[in-house]
Amino acid sequence: MNDNIIDLRRRAVLSAGALVLGFTLLPRRALAEFNGMGVPPIANKDLAGSLQRTPMLDAWIRIAPDGKVTVFTGKVELGTGVRTALLQVAAEQLDVAPAAIHFITGDTALTPNEGFTAGSHTMADSGTALLNAAAQVRALVVQGAAAQLKLDAATLRTSNGLVIAPDGRTMHYGAAVRAIDLHRAAQVKSPLKPARDYTVIGHSLPRVDIPAKLTGGAAYVQDMRLPGMVHARVVRPPAYGARLLSADAAAVRQMPGVLKVHVDGNYLAVIASDEWQAIQAMRTLSASARWQRGPALPSPDNIHATLRALPSQDIVVEDKKGPAGKAVFTLKRRYTKQYVLHGSIGPSCSVALLEQGSMTVWTHTQGVYPLRAALAEMLSMPLDDVRCIHTESAGCYGQNGADDVAADAALLARAMPGRPVRVQLMRDQENQWEPYAPAMSTQLAASLDASGTICDWQYELWSGSHNERPGNAGKLIPAQLLARPFIPSPSQPMPMPEGGGDRNAIPLYTLPRAKIINHFLPVTPLRTSAMRSLGAHINLFAIESMMDELAAAARTDPVEFRLRHMQDPRAREVIERAAREFGWRQRRQQYQHQRRPDHGIGFAFGQYKNIMAYVALAVEVRIERSTGAVHILRVTAAVDCGQGVNPDGIRNQIEGGILQSSSWTLYEQLQFSPDGVTSVDWASYPIMRYSNVPGKVDVVLIDRPGAPFLGVAEAAQGPMAGALGNALADATGKRWFDLPLAGPQLMR
Amino acid sequence: MSTLTVNGVRHTLDIDPSTPLLYALRNQLEMNGAKFGCGMGQCGACTVLLDGQPVFGCLTPVAACEGRQVRTIGGLGSADKPGKLQASFIKHQAAQCGYCIAGMVMRAQSLLEQHPHPTEAQIRTHMEPNLCRCGTHMRIIAAIKEAAEGSKP
Repeated sequence: MNDNIIDLRRRAVLSAGALVLGFTLLPRRALAEFNGMGVPPIANKDLAGSLQRTPMLDAWIRIAPDGKVTVFTGKVELGTGVRTALLQVAAEQLDVAPAAIHFITGDTALTPNEGFTAGSHTMADSGTALLNAAAQVRALVVQGAAAQLKLDAATLRTSNGLVIAPDGRTMHYGAAVRAIDLHRAAQVKSPLKPARDYTVIGHSLPRVDIPAKLTGGAAYVQDMRLPGMVHARVVRPPAYGARLLSADAAAVRQMPGVLKVHVDGNYLAVIASDEWQAIQAMRTLSASARWQRGPALPSPDNIHATLRALPSQDIVVEDKKGPAGKAVFTLKRRYTKQYVLHGSIGPSCSVALLEQGSMTVWTHTQGVYPLRAALAEMLSMPLDDVRCIHTESAGCYGQNGADDVAADAALLARAMPGRPVRVQLMRDQENQWEPYAPAMSTQLAASLDASGTICDWQYELWSGSHNERPGNAGKLIPAQLLARPFIPSPSQPMPMPEGGGDRNAIPLYTLPRAKIINHFLPVTPLRTSAMRSLGAHINLFAIESMMDELAAAARTDPVEFRLRHMQDPRAREVIERAAREFGWRQRRQQYQHQRRPDHGIGFAFGQYKNIMAYVALAVEVRIERSTGAVHILRVTAAVDCGQGVNPDGIRNQIEGGILQSSSWTLYEQLQFSPDGVTSVDWASYPIMRYSNVPGKVDVVLIDRPGAPFLGVAEAAQGPMAGALGNALADATGKRWFDLPLAGPQLMR
Repeated sequence: MSTLTVNGVRHTLDIDPSTPLLYALRNQLEMNGAKFGCGMGQCGACTVLLDGQPVFGCLTPVAACEGRQVRTIGGLGSADKPGKLQASFIKHQAAQCGYCIAGMVMRAQSLLEQHPHPTEAQIRTHMEPNLCRCGTHMRIIAAIKEAAEGSKP
């Protein structure tokens, strides 16, 4: 037991009339040591997944005297189905029915600190921790029952929350574990149930959150209605750096239902008893506000040249100088990507309540602990007096306005103590102030030797920050707007192998010589942060585009060329499987024989971050030459994510990744001018609609029983960009290097 | 005073009649189905039926609903007893984050009421106004198709 790491300071928290036991899992000094993912330091590196940082078993699993099982995770449901998948993992190793488990996700008063739910880490971090913790708790339960029944533990079995003796006697888990303290550190080795005995893992348990979402049940933070709750709306400045000159707060105070007009520096908000009244008051306040404009944004027309001229930290992430053949053919290419919006369908929302000196914030943040630290700093409150409870919202796909609006709710709850304050951003506010996926450019020079083998690979990329999460209070927009503003802490690159802009910049292909440089731009003109797959989207687009061009130069089939440069057997298997299921060779022969006009096929591969799920996919497209529209006729993907926990959930995520990436890759580009961001709605920021959705998407899963969980939700985005680029090149006979790809340039 | 008939139940509400239907449903009637997405009729997260026609709740004032029938997803069934279309969405697990999904179901419901046996092309055309950001479209289309096929005589 490691008592200096885990500090169970129990305290009573009065929540919605019920007494709930709360505890903090870390001593204060550890909080300063959070890294970029917002997690506590490693306590034991030999443990599995997040047990490394939160090793105590009772931080994950508790069994009440009546046998009720409660399971805790520091991860949160962002719409990907992890609540169900994590529950399955715990249920499997505990031998308790999923429906019988009380499952609690990200809550600073109750759950482990697992940092952010991001980067397709949930199953690898929390799933692995729960797998092992549950197996160890089950063994302790059996041990407890054996002692009480005076039987050898090896003769006992477990089922459905009961320990069963050979003579038929049963004992529920609460009774079995009565004399055993689960407040103990996890062991390095776990008595895991073998994968061949799985009845829950590997099965498509219907998602536990879907029925409420389909029937109008309360499912989101937007649906919270606490007693006495009031509604707030904020007025954001018209653009970055604008300063408030004046606003007619007095007139707005006279409007129906208005309870408060809150002005603090450049921060403006209204609180009203009714939501629609709050919106009307916000509009009036906004119309009355006069602002001094901030510094102009650069022109979008030459944004990549502007970004490349900025000061950079140049990080060499690969420098390989192995023996290689003599280059006989070299291609030099540049690839670009524009700023892209997260584009959550539901604008960010939060509810906060300041009561008896304690601030409770219901938030759809990806990291309740890091957000709590930032809010406590902003509010000058002790950490223990701020509680963040994750409550679902629309999909965020990375850092959207979730953390900012939680700060709004906390500031306004402080201005109205004792009343729960609900704030939702308006569509234009979400769009204009969210941290975008950074605009990026890359350049690549690759060479073939006389045998048609890649002998040199020189890649550079330029990108602003992909990680502006809180962090300190200054990372929150509302905190920056206050009369005494908080300043964001300096931007830091994310180290490999995860990487930020350089995520997936190192090809998994065999390259004897390679140099890869990440030009990290600490200060860029638009606010940016994490969006699904980070740099992997353009890096895999670039790598996979080049692989096709090199294959053509080597007069080799693109799939064959990839296999020729791939050693990893699991990568080879997804490549071969996707090609076979799609009918790649037949289709290619058919097209070489007689091409259907404006049709093309494309292939791509990627292993997310070179450490998570393997995805290979093939697409067939048709281009409408009169309009430049792209029709995706069909997509076939093969996926290896280790032991799959919920196969249907994995398919859902891969399908979603394919469609979402199609939208980014074909259509999306943030509009802005020197005066500010002009993509304020869905007309000025079009995304994929039904008319552009693929005709057919097939996902093939490769089963790996017992293998480690590999994250999947962000694994298809990069490969899909590559495959689309290759299919468009196949259809048009011309290469396309600049995202987004669809549009008038495809017209003939 | 405004009157609003929702899922067959008549309500008298003390609100400004220019209030968009969305806010009356969510706040005065405490119904969760219709969602705020854009406030401009561009995303369809607030879609409900007004006399059987899909409307954007964020743009439709309560005054325009006087004497007419409003239907929300709660009117199709409950988690315990989902309606046919809801059951098909659940069967196909046709949601990721699910924020758009109540609006999707209501728009699809209006299609099936007018055209019980739509082609896939008709489904896609009809669903065009509603946005999904998670990329769940393939499953939504499949769920609507199956619900429609299930209604064949």
